[in-house]
Amino acid sequence: MCLGIPGEVIEFLPGQPDLAKVDVSGVRRVINVGLLADDVPEPGEWVLIHVGFALSKIDEDEAAAALELLEGIGQAYDDELAALAESRIE
Amino acid sequence: MFMRFVDEFRDGGKARALAAKISALCEPGRQYKLMEVCGGHTHTIYKHGLEDYLPEQITMVHGPGCPVCVIPMGRIDDAMALAAEPDVIMTSFGDMMRVPGSNGSFFDAKARGTDIRMVYSPLDSLKIARQNPGRRVVFMAIGFETTAPSTAMTLLRAAQAGIGNFSVFCNHVTIVPAIKAILDSPDLRLDGFIGPGHVSAVIGCRPYEFIARDYGKPVVVAGFEPLDLLQSIYLLMAQLRGGESKVANQYSRVVPWDGNATALKVIGQTMELRPYFEWRGLGFISHSALKVRAEYSGYDAELLFGVPGVRVADPKACQCGEVLKGVLKPWECKIFGTACTPESPIGTCMVSQEGACAAYYNYGRIRRTRVKEASRS
Ligand code: SF4
Repeated sequence: MCLGIPGEVIEFLPGQPDLAKVDVSGVRRVINVGLLADDVPEPGEWVLIHVGFALSKIDEDEAAAALELLEGIGQAYDDELAALAESRIE
Repeated sequence: MFMRFVDEFRDGGKARALAAKISALCEPGRQYKLMEVCGGHTHTIYKHGLEDYLPEQITMVHGPGCPVCVIPMGRIDDAMALAAEPDVIMTSFGDMMRVPGSNGSFFDAKARGTDIRMVYSPLDSLKIARQNPGRRVVFMAIGFETTAPSTAMTLLRAAQAGIGNFSVFCNHVTIVPAIKAILDSPDLRLDGFIGPGHVSAVIGCRPYEFIARDYGKPVVVAGFEPLDLLQSIYLLMAQLRGGESKVANQYSRVVPWDGNATALKVIGQTMELRPYFEWRGLGFISHSALKVRAEYSGYDAELLFGVPGVRVADPKACQCGEVLKGVLKPWECKIFGTACTPESPIGTCMVSQEGACAAYYNYGRIRRTRVKEASRS
């Protein structure tokens, strides 16, 4: 919950500027990017996602390191990814 | 390119070089206790055996920064009472499901037929409310400032959309008063703090300035990679050696000095500080938790339903309080790994991956005796 999952912004949902589709380890989900209103991410940029919200922008290298760290956690990360895959916020 | 960067964070040679620099900063005969506040850091330390790199004089003390671990029994019982209301659907994060209350966990209640659902995001809860207009959906909100903005945004959305059957059972806690409580506690003499990474992405670095100014202890906000932590320990030791106490930001690639203004704004719009809140192991701490603001009282589960609010003492054998304060190492708890395991936790520190007991249980490979002695001195 506190570590955050890195995701790559793919596109914004039409007519819903707060919602973006992201790619997280191959899982594509919609997340809320409203907390980055001061520094809106572009498609292709990476964000750290906490419980369905992007909380910070990160660069690609940071994303890779964060992802690897999470994968090392094993089961807990698998559970979190599975939960994200189930999540339907839109 | 990815792997090269990751390797750079893990580079054993670099780690040893940093460790040598850290050793060189130790004053002969002095013992150092550094607290990492955040459970994510505890996790990295155990996973990579970082204490093995450090000189004997330095002990890492694990702090209270695991949101699941600090929820007291009584709040779980309150949540159970809410969940038992006939028209309620209780929702919470997966981490909460195994936390024991005095009448078992959410999982146990679910097995008994109570409608409790695991969600990934508070927005999932809101969606369940929209899909079930005849039911009342409660979201059990937990977490530090990393998750509070998400609850805040969800409250705003619920209000905008006029979704009346959604409410929040708010258990958000704030990290700074907990650090202050630890600084004021006579049990423990600490030399410096590794500041939390993602909490600081929201609140920034300024809220820690009182630690440096009023308590004369250095703080370094750190990233989660092994080398991030070693570098932060080095920065702390360099300050201690030079007789300085400042707040430094080792994790500036993610943490802006002033935090995230939008996140702070939405928290302030929807939530306010409670006069006091009970933390497991730390007791009552004033102004240390958030509740739903009066303007949004229609979304405050505590007001809508009323909760028993009974204080429940921890099981006798449980020593989570000492572990959360860093007074005991996980394995010094008498039931660690025997009666209390991640599969059937008795205390909260064994539940979450961010909890010190679970992290140690899963990666236990540091030399116990050395650390045990150092933590006693
Ligand atoms: S072993 Fe269990 S009861 Fe003991 S401190 Fe850890 S979580 Fe608490």
